[in-house]
Amino acid sequence: MTRAKLATVWLDGCSGCHMSFLDIDERLLALAESIELVYSPLVDNKVFPDDVDVTLVEGSVSNQDDLDKIRHIRQRTRLLVSLGDCAVMGNVPALRNTIGGDAVLRRVYLAPDLTNPAIPTAGVPSLLPEVLPVHRVVKVDVFIPGCPPSAEVIFYAVGELLAGRQPDLTDKTRFGA
Amino acid sequence: MSTRRPEHRLPEDELELVSQQEQEAKQQYRHHVYVCVGAACLSAGSADVQARLEAEVAGRSIAGGCAVHGGGCRGLCVAGPTVTIEPDNVLYGQIKPDDVADILDNLGGQPVERLHRPTDKPFFMRQQRIVLELAGKVNSERIEDYLANGGYTSLIKALHEMTPAQVINEISRSGLRGRGGAGFPTGLKWRTVAKAEGDVKYVVCNGDEGDPGAFMDRSVMDDYPFRLLEGITIAAYAVGAQQGFIYIRAEYPLSVKRVQNAIRQARKMNLIGDQVVGTSFNFDLKVRVGAGAFVCGEETALLASIEGQRGQPRPRPPYPATSGLWGHPTLINNVETFANVPAIIRNGAAWFAGIGTEQSKGTKVFALTGKIAHSGLIEVPMGITLREIIYDIGGGIPNGKRFKAAQTGGPSGGCIPESHLDISVDYEALAEIGSIMGSGGMIIMDEDTCMVDVAKYFMKFCMEESCGKCIPCRVGTAQIYHLLEKITQGAATMADLELLEELCDVVKHTSLCGLGQAAPNPVVSTLRFFRDEYIAHIVDGHCPTGICPLQTPQNAIEES
Amino acid sequence: MSGVVTLKINGQDIGAHDEESILQAALDNGIEIPTLCDLPGLSRIGACRLCLVEIAGNSNLVPACITPVQEDMVVTTDSERLQAYRRTIVELLFAEGNHVCSVCVSNGACELQDLAETLGIDHLRLPGLHPAREVDASHERFILDHNRCVLCTRCVRVCDEVEGAHTWDVTARGIESQIIADLNVAWGDSESCTGCNKCVQVCPTGALVDKGRSVGEMRRRREFLPYLTMMRKENGK
Ligand SMILES: Cc1cc2nc3c(=O)[nH]c(=O)nc-3n(C[C@H](O)[C@H](O)[C@H](O)COP(=O)(O)O)c2cc1C
Ligand code: SF4
Ligand code: SF4
Ligand code: FES
Repeated sequence: MTRAKLATVWLDGCSGCHMSFLDIDERLLALAESIELVYSPLVDNKVFPDDVDVTLVEGSVSNQDDLDKIRHIRQRTRLLVSLGDCAVMGNVPALRNTIGGDAVLRRVYLAPDLTNPAIPTAGVPSLLPEVLPVHRVVKVDVFIPGCPPSAEVIFYAVGELLAGRQPDLTDKTRFGA
Repeated sequence: MSTRRPEHRLPEDELELVSQQEQEAKQQYRHHVYVCVGAACLSAGSADVQARLEAEVAGRSIAGGCAVHGGGCRGLCVAGPTVTIEPDNVLYGQIKPDDVADILDNLGGQPVERLHRPTDKPFFMRQQRIVLELAGKVNSERIEDYLANGGYTSLIKALHEMTPAQVINEISRSGLRGRGGAGFPTGLKWRTVAKAEGDVKYVVCNGDEGDPGAFMDRSVMDDYPFRLLEGITIAAYAVGAQQGFIYIRAEYPLSVKRVQNAIRQARKMNLIGDQVVGTSFNFDLKVRVGAGAFVCGEETALLASIEGQRGQPRPRPPYPATSGLWGHPTLINNVETFANVPAIIRNGAAWFAGIGTEQSKGTKVFALTGKIAHSGLIEVPMGITLREIIYDIGGGIPNGKRFKAAQTGGPSGGCIPESHLDISVDYEALAEIGSIMGSGGMIIMDEDTCMVDVAKYFMKFCMEESCGKCIPCRVGTAQIYHLLEKITQGAATMADLELLEELCDVVKHTSLCGLGQAAPNPVVSTLRFFRDEYIAHIVDGHCPTGICPLQTPQNAIEES
Repeated sequence: MSGVVTLKINGQDIGAHDEESILQAALDNGIEIPTLCDLPGLSRIGACRLCLVEIAGNSNLVPACITPVQEDMVVTTDSERLQAYRRTIVELLFAEGNHVCSVCVSNGACELQDLAETLGIDHLRLPGLHPAREVDASHERFILDHNRCVLCTRCVRVCDEVEGAHTWDVTARGIESQIIADLNVAWGDSESCTGCNKCVQVCPTGALVDKGRSVGEMRRRREFLPYLTMMRKENGK
């Protein structure tokens, strides 16, 4: 049996969704039988492969790097899953949308009590004007809301997707859960 | 029939006397000069013209005598200030104070060629004036002049010769429908109020006129408010109301002043007040000034505003006819609706029903504006074609441009394209092609107009005027506006267009009041007739008229 | 005079008192209709439009919360069209404010969050408007977070109709509408507010909350409402 290729990516999020994924615990071993984790912050691969079956995306699209990454990934993934509220609706990262990225940068890097106030530019991606949920940027096939979605829900959803079914998440998770 | 007060001279005879005296007084002058003091002419300087006329007339001797009056609008607002000479019926346009001497020199002779606006032109000939029959020909501030021109004979006829039920029957048989937008049968509404249980009843006149660019109702209130008062008083008698309110937007200070003046004069003549013209009918009228929110034109919001509450609509039923002001049965009609009433009572239902189409009777006043040679205020019989309005009355599209669309019904209406120029202007035909009669705004657009931009303009208006009470209108209009903005910026996708249509459907069907329910109309209507323009913006990144500042989408972030 | 009428809701035969609303009749028979502005004990305003239902022979949708039942009425509360409208309306609300459930005091006790869940909303197709709104923490015991207000006006009504203080009102129009205390003063400076906390108890979201609570710690007590309204009725009000 060929194992399904699974990838996970971490855009602008707190890694909580990945932690929740790991909370699947011993069932990970069972899962490992049917999947191959081809790309993830949890493994060592540096290059996103060309033909991934399922990619779980944590985090919102907040800077140029997120945007480039998710476009690249979308082209190489059959099923793209927005995992967690940041990916699904912007969530905490999108709080900055009410005041704008510049104001945030100034507040953080130009605070008067800093020894070297300066907004970093070299080697860091520029912020997008607005923090966006993943589906505003590329097509998303499945949404799993929750902050984070429970290990239970993730395990169920991934299982369904691997079985070729659309997971029915009614009454299983919600925004903020 | 009403019981009369035993007295030597009957009140209606007193009125007759006033009318006669006025006529006699007028006959002392061979010439009567009416300077239009409607808002458009005033802003074009008609007050200076009137002042100069008065000074010149006082300073020279004119054979037969000459009297100067402030009068109403003849409709040719594009040629303001206008001056009418009666009884010779000579109309002058674009008068400056320095033209006054020439006008007076030629009184009774050949009209001054350079200033003359012949009234045998289609602009006048194709019109039919019922509501505005005396506008421009009576003094706006003297009830005597109105009486001398046959004013208030209808009220006296109704009070003395007709029962309330007969009045209602007459209105029903005339086929009159509400001129405030929705076209509800007026007689049916009156009957509902008359039949509603309760001793206390109210009559309310809706003079909020909120559609951008509309000024039909203002013209009636400014030009001859007595006509409006007469209509309202007849209605009050018919439905059994003791108190009436005229709700006028604060942006119309002149209307407020003229209507208040008219009420004072009518009260002095016992044409409102206790025992009106000697009958047992008591009726009083007050003016309420609205703060100018568009939504306050919606009847339930208007009533809330009169009650001193926040002007917000409430769900209907119950309708005002059964539960209106302070819970009492309330008749609410538009200014133009009331202004039709005296003519119907005077000339009879059959006469009125003989004008117009099968289901739309009488005339409609339109404020004709936009890319049109003769903009102004016109009154036309229902059933006239749009083509006749635009090309015969309006004189066509200026600068050799091509007609593109006519917009009726303002922010609640729709656009009529060139292919429908021969449409009959009546309630049914307009509704059938996704527009509405509305309260009478008619904006003509030429080939340089971007229809997406037009839709965006009206949606912005609705978004800003939404009262905020219900969710679909409050937020839906904002989302629709943002989508339209995205389209005009060249940043939208076909998925956005789909979303736009879906939101229009939701807002239309789930909003609480007419504002939200009708807000999508301009979008839906332009999508129906000018869909290719939307597509051009979205797919080709190009505005066919070059109006929209399509940028290279600043957030080409979103997927197309 | 009250009588009994029979009607059909979703194909089910139902008997109800003729002064009852469609909503009440449905609830009595175990049929759920989503609501938001409505709260038993307060005046009904038909504003949120979530409870819209279809009535056979009527081309307009009607709000179940304020429409009385009628003999032989045939009502549908759960058509695909109605459900789609409700989802869009709830989406409109999420997109209007800044509803970040994960960091909300009311997480887990929020009617907006519940609505999204029961209607199966798993993402927002509409772009968030992200308005810059204020948080008013000037009251010594409570907080008003405008970011999370859905303008249901329950607070306005409970304060006016039950507490009799009329501290709250709505100012401005359309998307700019906002709840204000008195003539737009900080809540803590309100002279009419009695500090009774009724508004906090009736608020459906995290807009009105107790001070000092952390994420997900807010719980509401609303038992007082029906009792108070009943008592006022009995006192002839
Ligand atoms: C948003 C909105 C604005 C309205 N504005 C006006 C108005 O300015 N003048 C008016 O006469 N009717 C207006 N109406 C219609 C009134 O609600 C009402 O139908 C009308 O005054 C009834 O009079 P009619 O039967 O004589 O037309 C408006 C309706 C809506 C929904
Ligand atoms: S449709 Fe608009 S104007 Fe009418 S009640 Fe709703 S929010 Fe207010
Ligand atoms: S503060 Fe709460 S109760 Fe008051 S209007 Fe906003 S959401 Fe409703
Ligand atoms: S619950 Fe009926 S309209 Fe809000």
